[in-house]
Amino acid sequence: MGSKPRLTGYRRQNGTMGIRNHVIILPLDDLSNAAAEAVAKVIPGTLALPHAFGRLQFGADLELTFQTLIGTGRNANVAAVVVIGIEPKWTQKVADGIASTGKPVAAFSIEGKGDLQVIAEASRVAAMFLQDASEIQREQAEIGDLIMSIKCGESDTTSGLGSCPTTSQAVDRWVAAGGTVFFGETSELTGGEHLIADRCIDDACRNLFQTTYDNYIKVIESTGANLLGSQPTQGNIAGGLTTIEEKALGNIAKTGSVPVVGVLTPAQEPPRDKPGLYFMDTSSAAAECVTLMAAAGAVIHLFPTGQGNVIGNPIIPVLKLTANIKTARSMKEHMDLDVSGLLRYEYDLTKAGDMMMEVIDRTVNGRLCTAEVMGHREYTFTKLYISA
Amino acid sequence: MAITPPQFLLHHDGDNVAVAMEDLEPGTLHGRSVKQGTESTAVLNHAIPLGHKFALTDLAEGDAIIKYGIKVGLASADIKKGDYIHTHNMRSYRWEASRA
Repeated sequence: MGSKPRLTGYRRQNGTMGIRNHVIILPLDDLSNAAAEAVAKVIPGTLALPHAFGRLQFGADLELTFQTLIGTGRNANVAAVVVIGIEPKWTQKVADGIASTGKPVAAFSIEGKGDLQVIAEASRVAAMFLQDASEIQREQAEIGDLIMSIKCGESDTTSGLGSCPTTSQAVDRWVAAGGTVFFGETSELTGGEHLIADRCIDDACRNLFQTTYDNYIKVIESTGANLLGSQPTQGNIAGGLTTIEEKALGNIAKTGSVPVVGVLTPAQEPPRDKPGLYFMDTSSAAAECVTLMAAAGAVIHLFPTGQGNVIGNPIIPVLKLTANIKTARSMKEHMDLDVSGLLRYEYDLTKAGDMMMEVIDRTVNGRLCTAEVMGHREYTFTKLYISA
Repeated sequence: MAITPPQFLLHHDGDNVAVAMEDLEPGTLHGRSVKQGTESTAVLNHAIPLGHKFALTDLAEGDAIIKYGIKVGLASADIKKGDYIHTHNMRSYRWEASRA
């Protein structure tokens, strides 16, 4: 392997390791976005994460929103969190879920005070958190410390030929070095789900995978809708993909060849003592999927694209790669790696894997990815059903 | 390993569709299979853009379309060797309602 660059990261109080050091202002609900964004303006260097939900949800849908919020705060790329909500009880619940990591958390509720007082109080705390976070030093990290997630988007036929196999190289190398990787996109396994089932490490894992897959597909098929144009998307079709099965095989081409060691519910953290490749039950919508994976602890994401997706995430770097020469040229500012040379046989897949690993290493060590530089911070919740 | 860039690629030997690696005009093309590295030529009947597919064999309506060595759809019309393949003559076999 030669001399591998040393990886560095930020060790958190509970032993997890991040590659970014964000102080986030996390609104519990849509009503608290304005105050959260105001705090991030008063204290530049903190990051507000506005989103659209958090009110009058119930049951599993509410639990997933809590888990997404709490998981975002728990992510090892986050140094400290200010939570702002309209009501104190749910606000405190989210703050408590984050506080068990040992990282600094403060909760503020708006009822009875108003935005201006909350902004003043929360800004004082945010300022202190930011100063404290600025003293946290990078230290040596191992691949086993860092969770990676993968999900492709705006796929076309070049994805299955180039950018997804390149991602596969990184997945296999990451897992071989003791790392953990998440993949998801339940509906986008259709036509190739047997390939994933075959790779499940034991019967329990296989049965859970199959049940999870079957349940998701039941929900989709029960609509009776013509999905052409939604899945595959208009962009996929423009790129030459015709059916969900064809898209699925390209999608699966990015998951490496290692066994699937477990199945996770949306935003579920994997067991710390069991590294490897995990399937997570997620939508195939890019921002929803990456948001859930970050909430489960992923600190870096690989995003193969064909026609050119521009996605980012507020707290984790999203590295985009393409093997489509037109996209590599026309959307250069959104691409972290061009592997179109693979399809021209200028180099082989091992070399493309080496190129991918170099970009990953540099990003881990602090180089900003295109999404971070371009300000792409999509933070999107998965809604399971209507609110009350 | 420098070789002439292929004009089309198929994933596996035996696939009955190939993918255009550049915007292609009708005519005789050279390509290769990714998995086995087998070189081949094919005649394309229509102009197709980069990333789009064409048939490597004659297909009758209902025939399986094979890519990655796996069935990825069905011909929804008769297709001639060299014809452009997309939503107008290919459909999902899993999501029955999803047709152009």
